[in-house]
Amino acid sequence: MSDVLLQSLITGVTIGSAYALVGLGFAIIFNVSDVVNFAQGEFVMVGAMSAVSLLAVGVPFAVALFLALVIAVCIGLILEKFAIEPAKSATVVSTIIITIGASIFLRGLALLIWGKDFHSLPAFSGETPIHIGSATLTPQSMWVMGVTAVLVFLVHQFFNRTITGKALLACSANPIAASLIGIPVKRMMLFAYGLSALLGGAAGLLIAPIAFTSYDAGMMLGLKGFAAAILGGLGNPMGAVAGGVVLGVLESLGAGLISSGYKDAIAFIILLLVLFFKPQGFFGKAGEERV
Amino acid sequence: MKRSVKALVAGFALLFSINAAQASDIKIGTFLAVTGPASFLGDPELKTLQMYVKKINDEGGVIGRKIKLIHYDTGANPKKAVNFAKRLIKKDRVDIIVGASTSGTTMAVIPIVQKAKIPFISMAGSVKIVEPVKKWVFKTPHTDKMAARKIFIDMNKRDIKKVGLISGSGGFGKSGRGQVLALASEYGITITADESYGKKDTDMTAQLSKIRATNPDAILNFGFGSGPAIVTKNIRQLGIKLPIYQSHGVASKKYINLAGSAAEGVRLPAASLLVASMLPSSHPQTEVIQAYKNNFEAKHGPVSTFGGHAYDALYLAVEAIKRAGSTNKARVRNEIENTKNFLGAGGIFNMSSSDHLGLGLNAFKMLEIKNGDWSIVE
Repeated sequence: MSDVLLQSLITGVTIGSAYALVGLGFAIIFNVSDVVNFAQGEFVMVGAMSAVSLLAVGVPFAVALFLALVIAVCIGLILEKFAIEPAKSATVVSTIIITIGASIFLRGLALLIWGKDFHSLPAFSGETPIHIGSATLTPQSMWVMGVTAVLVFLVHQFFNRTITGKALLACSANPIAASLIGIPVKRMMLFAYGLSALLGGAAGLLIAPIAFTSYDAGMMLGLKGFAAAILGGLGNPMGAVAGGVVLGVLESLGAGLISSGYKDAIAFIILLLVLFFKPQGFFGKAGEERV
Repeated sequence: MKRSVKALVAGFALLFSINAAQASDIKIGTFLAVTGPASFLGDPELKTLQMYVKKINDEGGVIGRKIKLIHYDTGANPKKAVNFAKRLIKKDRVDIIVGASTSGTTMAVIPIVQKAKIPFISMAGSVKIVEPVKKWVFKTPHTDKMAARKIFIDMNKRDIKKVGLISGSGGFGKSGRGQVLALASEYGITITADESYGKKDTDMTAQLSKIRATNPDAILNFGFGSGPAIVTKNIRQLGIKLPIYQSHGVASKKYINLAGSAAEGVRLPAASLLVASMLPSSHPQTEVIQAYKNNFEAKHGPVSTFGGHAYDALYLAVEAIKRAGSTNKARVRNEIENTKNFLGAGGIFNMSSSDHLGLGLNAFKMLEIKNGDWSIVE
């Protein structure tokens, strides 16, 4: 039984790391604009699918990964520039609906470009697993966890240590005041979408060798990432990360110890319980002032 | 006044002549899941039907009449399938229905075709479509029951007694799981574990660790889509060295591409179409399969076994109409039931009043994946 437990934990943290990156993207955009960007999952899909295509035409592996990230960021910037920004006078709810529309559009576009098939990326550094007792850890899992940890650390430092990061936070606290003291709010919004797309694209690249990718892969990851962000307290980036890992582990333990049929149910029941008893999430501050 | 009467008469004449022209066409109705979750079935099926209806018409049609194909897209939705079946029967007044990509849509329309007394050939997998036999309903694909038997026979040969089962939670996986559990004891096989996974699951190591703890001799996976490829990779990642069996649900090159080196040594039952180029020239199906493969690949890219089911369904219908010499529904139905030694893409069909599928276990080949390609075990 203990090896099932250990294996579930390893699996859970790996998948949870991907949820965490997606959740982090949700939190960043929510922080800046109070908008839940439902196209977040599509960034994940675009990143992975672009890498698959680039590899297929013979681009070297590292270059393909880099270019895929660039493509994902571009999609994020285009989304902000041509869909979100023109509707700046729209209410938050309307903007959220725009992001849902954008996600359906991107999925449709991906279907036309890449077809309905599943695709796989090769693992970053071989597939020889490392044995821990009777449980195993694949090199790709270590990549997922390691890169996620680094990205999360960088994002954390960015928000706390750099002027741009603080300016982003200022936009979320009070956009009018922020623009009065000379912060380019528009450019900050663009920046937030680019950063979210970068994190989403990275999640897509990391997870594709394990979970494969297809035109609709972003839907599930987007939903789980959203759940992670809610679990951690929407608008708290580090909370979203913790939420992602917790969600991944819960799912995996559910599948290993009870039944895979109830896996999603277990994760979402816990999410509902958290929302019921602690609506602000694990780490959200109650009654936090939002303008 | 006179002129308007003339115009009216002319109009009627025109109308009748159009009707007459249409009546001389043989109308084949079809409803397939061309979009939606089962589009990988419906898409090649529709392409196959359209391609061969055109071919038959170019060659002069059947019993001197052209075929007209009337198609609706169900998106694998049984409710839509019911509406379209009614429309095909009442409004389009088709002579025969050749369609339904999924078992769900097939089961939903069975009461309607039975009541309307119209021959219906389905392209869906479940054994429940033809067991018990329904007077007007036939099908062309192999069943999950046949796949389970084929796998168990191979396990008996390799002296495998204990099997850990993992299956997808979709209709295909569930139905296959049911057949495996029901038939295992008949072959002296014990199922040590019975795990499942969801359609969009990305990692099955937790379930597989549980299976490993029950000490089976082999692992059997019933499912389709990306799941079986992930299962295969996960088994090898966990360092489990047991033989792996998959169902006919993974019978496409895509599975080998996704699972990569982990797929080496995996065994599965599949239709001969998959290994068309490896069949000996003495094999009775070789000619039919090669022709279909070449025709399809010349126009649409790599062939799948699913399109082959549509080919079989269309030609079963066409042959029956030829033998009946008319489109009289009862006579066509009788002729479909009397099909003997029909060489199709899926196998050799021998129907009877108690068997509305007509394929034997020999329609399946047991394959093993070697060096990233299929090889025939027997």
